Amino acid sequence: MLRILHQIFRTGVVTEELPPAEAHEVELSGRRLEEEVRKRFGKSLTIRFVDSGSCNACELELQAVNNPFYDSERFGIHFTASPRFADMLLVTGPVSRNMEIALRRTYDAMPTPKLVVGLGDCSVDGGIFGKSYASLGGIDSVVPVDAWIRGCPPTPSAILNGILKAVSTK
Amino acid sequence: MSDKEMKIPLATGAPDDTQKGIRGVVVPRAEFASTAKVLKAEGWRLIAEWAVDERAAARSFGVYSAYNKGQEYILVKIEVPEADPTFPTLTKKFTASYRFERQIQSLMGLTPVGHPDPRPWIKHEDWPADAYPLRKDFDAGKSLPRVEGEYGWFRAEGEGIFEIAVGPVHAGIIEPGHFRFQAVGEDIINLETRFGYVHKGIEKRFEEMDYAGAARLAGRVSGDTTIAHALAYCRAVEAASACAVPKRAHWIRALLLELERIANHLGDIGAICNDTAFTFMLYQCAILRERVLRATRDVFGHRLAMDRVVPGGVTHDVNAAHAALIRKELDAIASEFERLIRIYEDNPSLEDRLYSTGILKPETAKEIGAVGIVGRASGQRLDARVQEIFPPYDMLVPKLTVLTSGDVHARAWVRIEEVRDSMRLVNAILDTMPEGMIKTDCPAPPSGAAGFATVEGWRGEIVYWVRFGENGSIERCAIRDPSSVCWLSIEQAIKGNIVPDFPLCNKSFNQSYSGHDL
Ligand code: SF4
Repeated sequence: MLRILHQIFRTGVVTEELPPAEAHEVELSGRRLEEEVRKRFGKSLTIRFVDSGSCNACELELQAVNNPFYDSERFGIHFTASPRFADMLLVTGPVSRNMEIALRRTYDAMPTPKLVVGLGDCSVDGGIFGKSYASLGGIDSVVPVDAWIRGCPPTPSAILNGILKAVSTK
Repeated sequence: MSDKEMKIPLATGAPDDTQKGIRGVVVPRAEFASTAKVLKAEGWRLIAEWAVDERAAARSFGVYSAYNKGQEYILVKIEVPEADPTFPTLTKKFTASYRFERQIQSLMGLTPVGHPDPRPWIKHEDWPADAYPLRKDFDAGKSLPRVEGEYGWFRAEGEGIFEIAVGPVHAGIIEPGHFRFQAVGEDIINLETRFGYVHKGIEKRFEEMDYAGAARLAGRVSGDTTIAHALAYCRAVEAASACAVPKRAHWIRALLLELERIANHLGDIGAICNDTAFTFMLYQCAILRERVLRATRDVFGHRLAMDRVVPGGVTHDVNAAHAALIRKELDAIASEFERLIRIYEDNPSLEDRLYSTGILKPETAKEIGAVGIVGRASGQRLDARVQEIFPPYDMLVPKLTVLTSGDVHARAWVRIEEVRDSMRLVNAILDTMPEGMIKTDCPAPPSGAAGFATVEGWRGEIVYWVRFGENGSIERCAIRDPSSVCWLSIEQAIKGNIVPDFPLCNKSFNQSYSGHDL
């Protein structure tokens, strides 16, 4: 126990300031969010995450936003196991044929207003996997999308910036 | 080793000279299983099995089986006539072929005669039954209609038996798959897994790319293993085109491979401890992992070093300042890591949860054909770095940690020892890196040639076999991620454990869904 405390003390706080977003990393779709909706997510945001067929590198970087350097919790961002509590649906991957129904069901199970953000180049247009018998080529073929966070994979700071921008009032 | 010594009917088979990087033979279809039987008796293991549509050239399909023993690899091919698309199953000899063959049946439409399980794999029940995406006459661009269908789950019946179904969407930030447990009280009596959810047609997609561009796709078969996959692919290309990679490029590739191993193992060690509610380790290990990724970014310009391994070499050189940066980071990480491991060893609650949980017995691991960390934690002395040696692993020999307890702790401990050894290797690589070019022009492989390669990624042995067409086009790319075999282990290891221990067990295997589903 002493060792653990000692280690915690040694490590200190490593959390960093979030660097400003770079223009090419985040793209808001034309879909307009009601001012009121944005306000509602002002202080805390609960995210349901779905991998709709990614290569799993986007998940690695999404997991990293929880690490002490990025500490997404300080922005009031939480991930939830149930779509029923979710404000935002965050989706990676090009939507595989075999995940289409699960993605749609998750979206349907969420309360409105539903904010949808695509994570990674695959989610925009299928990325390197394209569109085929097995890949639907982007998540907006299944659910309406409010914002995309680009990158292959996007960095943890780009992910955090993207999530925050998607709910910001500007 | 000569055929005589091997005592196998390969001498009667015709040598296949189009195979590069592996010895290839063609045997009569009827001898497919008997060849497997002899190979098994001689101590060979089946590492992969796949099919190729060769109807344009030969009016037949090829079914290929690849075997390994020590440092030798062999490829046994049979021809399956278009008019009678069946082949003898290998499942009676090698359990690993169980899913390989279901996949061949589902995606290529060849029937393994005698296979105990005719249910499709990857191809979910709402696909048209006659859609065989890996056939050449299949239009990959067209979307498939959905049909009615049902998957025949295994059932267990009896008093007090109930079923728990989990997935495909899971609670955490992980990939999708479906797990179905039959339990009595808290005790799991059976687990059936069903995958294919992230099947995005990767093998077919390769056929639309050329040999140079496809390295990017290989690096996204399982993104957490981007280096090792890209490297295995590139080595298959280089074998087929007889491209001699500059020495320095080999060293940088090995450097990347070991950094990838360190980063992933650190993440896994933390995550395994976290599943026992020991979150302290999760955050501590996540810090160390992040530092490895940042060092990788500073040297190679990408946190995971995606697209840095290309046919003919690598894209980024490592200068003296880079080497100093990596050394300095690793030194700092190593001392923190050792403190954490002392805490791991001293912690009675970890011991309580990790020891004797999720045991994969060495006999079972062997039977399944388990490789990599899963195999080594269950007595299998296998590592592609000492089986298919490329520089610098001829000089800098990895130390294999092989344990026999096969429990969650063993899988964690193999990773711990490998973090230590990979750090040693990284330092040694930096010390001994030869001067010179980091890339050479890799010519397009000749049409009809096929290249084979294996690389030890952080999970284990990755296998690529790539056949090329005109002007460097890709005719067929067969991929075997370690997950394709190791996923079979979770069903075996979980029996007799309690339901709440499933996440912990699963994390200790941490296999790839994307690498499996393709
Ligand atoms: S965007 Fe890139 S990293 Fe993310 S899932 Fe797609 S291929 Fe993988």
